[in-house]
Parts: sequence; structure tokens; C-alpha cells
Amino acid sequence: MGGVEGFIYPNEFELQWSVLIVLYPFITGLVAGAFILASLERVFNVPEVKPTYRLALLTALAFLLVAPLPLQLHLGHPERSLEMYLTPQPRSAMAMFGFVYLWYLMVVLVLEIWLDYRRDIVVTWRESRGLKRVVYAALALGSDNIDERSLRLDDRLGRIITIIGIPSAFLLHGYVGFIFGSVKANPWWSTPLMPIVFLFSAMVSGIALVLLIYMALARLRRAPIDMPCVDTIARYLFYAFLVAFSLEMLDLIHRLYEADESLKALDFMVRTRLWTSHVVIQIVIGTVVPIAMLALVQVVRLADRWRRRIYAVAGTLTLVGIFAMRWNVVIGGQLFSKSFLGYTAYKLSFATREGLLPAIALLILPFVILAALVWLLPPWPARGESRDDVAAP
Amino acid sequence: MDQSRRAFLAGGTRLLVLSVPAAAAWDYVARGEASAAPDYQAASHWWAFTVDIDRCIGCGKCVRACKAENDVPAEPHTFRTWIERYAVDPLDPEHPRVESPNGGADGFADVAGSADVKTFFVPKLCNHCVDSPCVQVCPVGATFDSPDGVVLVDQQRCLGCRYCVQACPYGCRYIDPRTHTVDKCTLCYHRIARGLTTACCEVCPTAARVLGDLKDPKDPIHAFLRENRVLVLKPNLATGSKNYYKGLDGAVR
Repeated sequence: MGGVEGFIYPNEFELQWSVLIVLYPFITGLVAGAFILASLERVFNVPEVKPTYRLALLTALAFLLVAPLPLQLHLGHPERSLEMYLTPQPRSAMAMFGFVYLWYLMVVLVLEIWLDYRRDIVVTWRESRGLKRVVYAALALGSDNIDERSLRLDDRLGRIITIIGIPSAFLLHGYVGFIFGSVKANPWWSTPLMPIVFLFSAMVSGIALVLLIYMALARLRRAPIDMPCVDTIARYLFYAFLVAFSLEMLDLIHRLYEADESLKALDFMVRTRLWTSHVVIQIVIGTVVPIAMLALVQVVRLADRWRRRIYAVAGTLTLVGIFAMRWNVVIGGQLFSKSFLGYTAYKLSFATREGLLPAIALLILPFVILAALVWLLPPWPARGESRDDVAAP
Repeated sequence: MDQSRRAFLAGGTRLLVLSVPAAAAWDYVARGEASAAPDYQAASHWWAFTVDIDRCIGCGKCVRACKAENDVPAEPHTFRTWIERYAVDPLDPEHPRVESPNGGADGFADVAGSADVKTFFVPKLCNHCVDSPCVQVCPVGATFDSPDGVVLVDQQRCLGCRYCVQACPYGCRYIDPRTHTVDKCTLCYHRIARGLTTACCEVCPTAARVLGDLKDPKDPIHAFLRENRVLVLKPNLATGSKNYYKGLDGAVR
């Protein structure tokens, strides 16, 4: 990696945005992607993915709750962050993100989950006693009407919310892309493609995450994996990946061909400081290899066991690749000087406020929240006491 | 007697309750710069800055004066103004050799170079852009334009999110390690509001740096801009920079 090379402006001796700001688009992307997978079943009538519908929603919620934490940890004055809501500056992309986030969390995700689970919540409320009864009564918001008519109304409302939710999910993550894409001072970020590149990579990462969680949970519960379901998810993952990769290559080819004044700095950076994380990890290991694996499944008939293994490996590589992509955008965009005359390095510390340790903790936290959510609101149909039922194929 | 004691207690309590916010308010009153310059009418000024590259000798007095005047941290990477020395080889004009040891505060060591290599100093500071990217991106409006064309930061409001540092194309902002908020050149607002010039202009021995008021028809800046070919930094970014450089080389970024 090396230290400073050439000339950098004095204020570029340290990177302004750390690994925590890498987590922020990574986590928001997982949220948007998981939600879009959930809406496949509900709005686009892809019944095969139904077994993952609720799991995808809970995953989105678990990660969305964690999404603002890396930002809070990064701020010099987190206690002032409420000012973004109280005295927002409407011209600022970052200020408006707060409202998009709240809208998405409260109006879309929480409401959709509540409507979908309302029947289960009321049933559990009626069947349980003691503290559990109180908790589920609170979750039901005191409403225990689950007759045919009200459930139909729930379903219709849920569908409307999902339809509102899709553009909201697009907005949520497209907005994250815009925060970077609109910085004209930084040629590595400044491109109108950024929101859409972020969006498709979000879909890719969210779909891969739900696929992995679904398979892992099935294994934990010793329940069989619904193969038509994972096959369908893998197919959508493949399609989304092709679009995402094409967009990224379009961006790259456009930069190389247009060759403006920043290209020399950026090109040199990709050949040296970003070689491992950009070319090796993001493009080769994290994109080309999983795309090839998913393509193989599309053209060759493989046994269930092999397909499951391929999905597990491809899904994991995908998440690594998308994380690398966020890293290369956020960290990569700060490794060259805005003078285009020099380069700096990122020194990732360990047990500091913005170090590796809190970053790892913030990546584990959503899984803890998800475990609690799954315990509270089981995403599989609970017939009687048995949770071993597999969702209907 | 009883009545007056009650009145006394009520009055005293009221006084006690009111004196707390009053004391807090007095802090603001005592601190307020506006009262220190009661005659300053912001709307009747429009500040701009001129730099004559050929006059700058790289002595670093401006950097030192700025740090002292504005309590800028002593670290060698926190500057409200700094000086860069360019060395441009005609055989390789795309890759000038640039240095700014300690922001140029201690001057520059002599370098032995070939006679063909062009060297010059470029003082840098906030460009107080009319369409500032930093003002645009601040999520809470802590960075703002004053009516006299100065970009200022409200330290009581800044979140320390660093978005403005990313958005500034000129590298003019840094995070103050003591306050965890952003800091930058204020054009010595506390001085110019009293009719003084900036600290850096005050000490410049060659008058390479001059503050000017574009709304004052008698200000020499008008003659300077009329008689010289001037350029702003990175004009392609259309930030509306108000720092005009005379003799700026195309190699400067």
C-alpha cells in the first residue's frame, strides 16, 4: 500500500470517511435488496420465493435498524444528529436521506411486517399467558379482530404498501448512491450512474444475503431446503448481477475511453493501491466467479446437493464482492489527492471508535437483531407447536 | 409584614429563576461579534481576494500569522491558508513537482534545479465561492454564506460529518481535533467587520495577497482585475470562486 506519494493537499493526510462509512452503503444496500426480493412474491407474482418472503422482510428490518449506527459513530457530534430532522438543509443530499430513511422504516417496512404478521400475533396473544401475552398484546396494538374481512383488508393494505415500498427501496439506496455521485470535487464518485450502480449492487447483495440466511436457517432447524425457491432466487440473483456488472463495466469503459484529466490518477490507483480490492476481490472473486457459478446452474443440470453448495459459495462470494465494491467507492475515492498529483493510504485501526472492531460488531449486530425478530415473529408457518413445518412449495 | 415577606420571597424566586437564563444570555451578548462592530453593514460589502503569483516569495508569514490570529491547531496538516511551491519541467509539464512542507509556514529550502525548470509559489485559502459545494452539502446548514460573500461555519451547529470536506475541491477544510467540528478560513471575519484587512494580507511583505471589496467602487481591486489577466482555481468546476490569481500557471491544481 505505501504511505503518501507525490503531492496531496495538507488536509488529505487523513481519510475523512473511514470503514464505518463503507458499512453504511453496504448495510443500506442489503436492506433495499432484501425488500425487493420480498416484493417479488407479493407484487410480481413469483410464488416460488414465498418461503423467504417474511424472512426477507425481517432481514431488511434488522439491517435497517443498524444502518444509522455507523454514521452516528462516525460523527464528531452525534448528539447534534437530530438537527438533521429539526433544521434540515433541503439542498443537502445527506439531510434528505434522514427523511427517506424514516419514511422507509416506519411507513414501509414496519407497517408491512405488522400487517403481514397481525393474524399470527393475535393468535399467539390469545393462546399465551403471562408476560408473553402482554408482549403480543402490545405488538397487536390492542386490535384482535382477525375475521375474514379484516384479514382481507390487511392483505390489500399490505399489497399497496409493498407497491409503495418498491420505489421507496429504490429511493433509499439510489439516494445513498446520489450522496457520492453528486460530489463534483471527486471524479471517482461523480457520475450520474452512481445511484443506479448502487441500486443494482444493492439488489444483488440483498438477494444473496436472504438466500444464505434462508439456507443456513433451514440447516439449523433441520428442515429441508425448498429447492424451487432457492433455484428461483438464484436465477434472480444471476439476472440482477448481470445488470449490475454491465453498469459497472459501462462506467469503467466510459472513463477509460473519455480519458479526462482525472483518469491518469484513477488509472494509476487501480493499477497499484486498489489492485487487490478492486480488480482481484471485487471484479474477479466477487463478481466474475459468482456470475460464472450461477450461469453454470442455468445451463447444466446439477444435483440438488451441488446446486445448494454452489448457491452457498456464490452467495458468500457475492457479499464479499459487494462489500469490496463499497470499500473501493468510499475508501478508493479518498486515496488520490484532489490535486491529482499524489496518493495517500488508509490505515485501518483496530480497537478505536472508527476501527475494525466496531465495524465487525456492527456487522454482527443485525444478525443478533434478526435472531430476536425471528424468535418473536417466526417467519415460517407455525402450525401448533411444531416449527419444523416447511413452507408450502 | 407577612405580606411583604411573601412578596419578597416571590420576587426573589422570580429573580433567581430568571437570572439563570439571563446569565446564559449574557454570555452570548458578551461574546457577540456583532456588537463589537456595530457599524458593519454586511449587505454593503462583497469580499474577494487577489493573489499575485509573481509577487509571492514563499516566506510563510501569512501561514504563521493566520495560525496565530485564528488559533489554528499547530499540527502540520491543519491550515486555513498554506503555500505550495510548484516546479514545472517543460519536458514533463503534466507532472509538476509540488511541495508544501508544514504548509510553507517555515518558508522553503532552496532547491538545486536546472535553469529550465519553472518554479513559483501558490498561496491557497478558502475561495469563498458563490456557489459553494460545501454550503450545498451541509446537512444542517452549519456552513453558510454571509450576505457579504464569505463562507462561514457555525461551530455550535456542525455535526462533524465531514461531507463538506469531501465536497470542497480545493482542500480548504479540516476537522479541528479539539472541537471535532470543521474549520476553515473566515477571511478573518472578526477583523474585516471592524474595517481591518485579514491577518495574512496584513503581514504579507510583498502585497502578493490583497483583500478587496467589490461593492466599494474606490477599492483598488477593481483596477487589479481590470488591468490583469486573472484566473480562478479549477474553473471547470464552476464553484464561483472569488479568489483571483494573477499569473496562475496551467499546471496548478
